[in-house]
Amino acid sequence: MKPLTLSAFTLTTSLGVGLRAHLEALRAGRSGLAPCAFESVRLDTWVGQVPDEQLVPLPAKLAAFDCRNNRLAQLALVQDGFLETVAAARNRYGVDRIGLFLGTSTSGLLNTELAYRHRDARSGALPAGFDYAATHSGFSLARFVQAQLELKGPAAVVSTACSSSAKVFASAARMITSGLCDAAVIGGADSLCLTTLYGFASLGLLSSAPCRPFDGERAGISIGEGAGFAFLEPARAQEPAGTVRLLGVGESSDAHHMSTPHPEGAGARAAMQRALCSAGLAAQDIDYVNLHGTATRSNDAAEDQAVSDLFGTGIWCSSTKGATGHLLGASGIAEAVICALALREQFIPGSANTRRLDPGLRVRYLLDSAAQAPQRVMSNSFGFGGSNCSLVLGRVH
Amino acid sequence: MQVFVESVGLLGPGLAGWLASRPVLAGEAPYVPGQVLLPPTDALPAVERRRTGLPVRLALNTGLDALGRSVRPPDTVATVFTSSGADGLVNHQICESLAGAERDVSPTRFHNSVHNAPAGYWSIALRSPAPSTSLSCFDWSFVAGLLEACAYCITEAQPVLLISYDLPYPEPLHAVRPITGTLGAALLLAPEATSDSFACIDIQTEPSARAPTRMDDPALEALRIGNPTGRALPVLRALTGPATGTLVVDYLNGGSVTVAVSPC
Repeated sequence: MKPLTLSAFTLTTSLGVGLRAHLEALRAGRSGLAPCAFESVRLDTWVGQVPDEQLVPLPAKLAAFDCRNNRLAQLALVQDGFLETVAAARNRYGVDRIGLFLGTSTSGLLNTELAYRHRDARSGALPAGFDYAATHSGFSLARFVQAQLELKGPAAVVSTACSSSAKVFASAARMITSGLCDAAVIGGADSLCLTTLYGFASLGLLSSAPCRPFDGERAGISIGEGAGFAFLEPARAQEPAGTVRLLGVGESSDAHHMSTPHPEGAGARAAMQRALCSAGLAAQDIDYVNLHGTATRSNDAAEDQAVSDLFGTGIWCSSTKGATGHLLGASGIAEAVICALALREQFIPGSANTRRLDPGLRVRYLLDSAAQAPQRVMSNSFGFGGSNCSLVLGRVH
Repeated sequence: MQVFVESVGLLGPGLAGWLASRPVLAGEAPYVPGQVLLPPTDALPAVERRRTGLPVRLALNTGLDALGRSVRPPDTVATVFTSSGADGLVNHQICESLAGAERDVSPTRFHNSVHNAPAGYWSIALRSPAPSTSLSCFDWSFVAGLLEACAYCITEAQPVLLISYDLPYPEPLHAVRPITGTLGAALLLAPEATSDSFACIDIQTEPSARAPTRMDDPALEALRIGNPTGRALPVLRALTGPATGTLVVDYLNGGSVTVAVSPC
């Protein structure tokens, strides 16, 4: 593919609001996970929650979209000069020529869960004023962000579980290449809700301690919430050193099981291989892999096999989910932004909460963040339904 | 954007597959709404087959209606699934359970609640490792899927199967998000003309509003405006015959998409 420049990017998670907070937390090896005190949830687990008091109501003109997920998206959008970058782009490209492709798995579902507690006793109806389209539907996120950014180009929500906001890079690249738009806002948001917390608990996949990716004693995931965005436009010949570009995207399907990865990571490997191919690079050109690394027994083992088969065991790898928790539909954009930070600031993030590596796993796993000079990195996102997506990002010399 | 149509799938009330529905859409036979038959997919292993709900069956049967008449090996065709909201029943059951004291969410219900469940079952049924995406775009889901599928087809120079499907939610969700009828539409698209392609479609987005192309039959028109996948009906009608024509489908923000259909 033709490289696309990430002219702006931003991220908000339990680690903090905006890029500076993430850079500091990742370098220091801090984790945003804490014992779950979300809503009325009674589960023995840890979560990466953005403090409720930071999720303030939306501006009056956008009040119809008010829900936790859109508040989280709003908090992320107003950081790191993102609004200013998009405003300048609106003038440069025109509002009709900027696409919007966002990933989410549950969007505003929490609103519906809460509304179900207040159904009319006789008719069963949901409370008056409940707005499905603006606050629950998958597309609610894109409608809100499109309204907030005053964009009128093509838009869609990708909802492929935990690969959602990685796959938006692929959608945007294809839309720009085929001329449907000239540039695109991409990203995603997923917020805590009861369906995912109790759902993952039912599958026995929630850890009762902070998740420990690639640790011998890993025992499941910690769910987090977050929102991240990037502005993508065709790369120009003269860009400053340190500029981050999307170089390649690879997608595949496992064709194996709805909620368990292929045991040898066949689908994961195919996605990584396609991403390299799309970037015109070989395995040895990659300096670091940000693993999907959810900290379930089977996920980490399958990914370890896929990565070591393709890259060998000399390449630096880590999962940042011990720091942020698993952001589900937002994990793709969150980890792409973390990779972009690593390229721009020249470091490799370590793995908060991982203590002792599983001796049965083979990749060269980094526990503590280190000053390094990565030039090209890969970010992996694999989801339920066997939906896999790998991204290759690089920096301009 | 120009792509070539190799096959079509259609399932809906009184629309029992593309071949049976063609005369109805072409206006050669009367439209008689009826039951939509959605058998489980034989290609799925027995355990998975039992777990599938109606949205998965609708999506898979619609896709197979199109792919079943193609010579392409099924595991080589990329897919774009699109639906306003996938499985409303599972969503309703989970929300009901979470509003109660027990908060029991069954593992199967939970993994069926993801928007890409049909894509997961599809890849298992057809043993297909091909790339797949799943979109949601409210009333414009079909158009969003069509744009995504065409962009994929052209930039990857690969065939792609678009599967659009929408069906009604149970109450109380139906009252806040009414969807008319159970409807699935599929298009197998190729980047260039092949011995199997029978029509060329050329798609343009238009920022300004234009009057959407309607269906003549009132019941089909009710499906077109009441079900997000219904936006596909004018496109499918144009694919029933050899005539050349341009039709308009409404899109986001008061915009529209024009689809020029010609034989090839």
